[in-house]
Amino acid sequence: MQQFAALLRKDQKPVRYLVVDDSVFARKNLIKMIEQFGGEVAGEAGDGLTAIAEYNRSKPDIVLMDITMPQMEGIEAVERIVRQHAEARIVMVSSVGYQENILAALQKGAKHFVQKPVKPEVLYEILRYVLGDDPNAAGAPVALAGEHLS
Amino acid sequence: MRMELIQPFINAADAVFAEALQAPTKIVDLSMDENTYRRKGVAALIAIKGDIEGRVILDLAPEVAMRVASHLAGAVVPESEQVVRETVCELANMVIGNSVTLLNDQGFRFKVFPPEIHMSEQGLAGTVDTEAMVLCIETPCGEIYVNIAMHYLHRRRHEQAALSALD
Repeated sequence: MQQFAALLRKDQKPVRYLVVDDSVFARKNLIKMIEQFGGEVAGEAGDGLTAIAEYNRSKPDIVLMDITMPQMEGIEAVERIVRQHAEARIVMVSSVGYQENILAALQKGAKHFVQKPVKPEVLYEILRYVLGDDPNAAGAPVALAGEHLS
Repeated sequence: MRMELIQPFINAADAVFAEALQAPTKIVDLSMDENTYRRKGVAALIAIKGDIEGRVILDLAPEVAMRVASHLAGAVVPESEQVVRETVCELANMVIGNSVTLLNDQGFRFKVFPPEIHMSEQGLAGTVDTEAMVLCIETPCGEIYVNIAMHYLHRRRHEQAALSALD
């Protein structure tokens, strides 16, 4: 298994993540990566509505948000979370990576996008970038993750 | 059968399995089929409607799904029907998501429906008299079958706009 230096907050505590995906399987896969990065799971949600409630409850450092979900899709959830919490750091994680979707998510306030299947090393670099540890690590947020990091 | 519509699905399936399983994969069989689709294991059917229409079926044996699940989880996953369903659905979503990204960026607009899981012994509804391409992809976890039937319903947006401008 690949080794990663722990991603920590500025106060040296583990980064807390909210993982939002309607697939339990996908959430488990992301949680496995978060643990590899030295992070901890603040909460999980299977749809956009639950994600908003979980965000308010757990106040995570980072949200990993799927796009296509029942009840409320990820892009709408991003808009609602960012409206209430302008400081929210949300990374979209979806298998559907066409430009319209990515631009819509970024316009609503998402910080970055990563396409499934997620490569741990790509997600790690994006998280570093979003957390501000290394502003040059992941390039411009509007580009597809797989393109500029390969 | 329009190969330009099928090719993105073939490419995406091959790439997603290789990437998800971190190992090379190989297309070992490719054939055309017009009969009602009879699943070989647990099948996920995803329908597409819009400028292009059709469906994709991802089909794998439960033991293959369990091996994939364990590989992705990084540890042996206890066998259960729910894990098998989740695995097949997630693989199908990744394949479809990656392929529709390519088609959408080419100007096609369509809606992708959530995967329907089929585990019954009956043939899959909606697959009668449909010309489909069937691929068998060999992966380190076992064989995965992909059945693709896709056709144009409308021209792409930019082609429609160009034709309108000529009128």
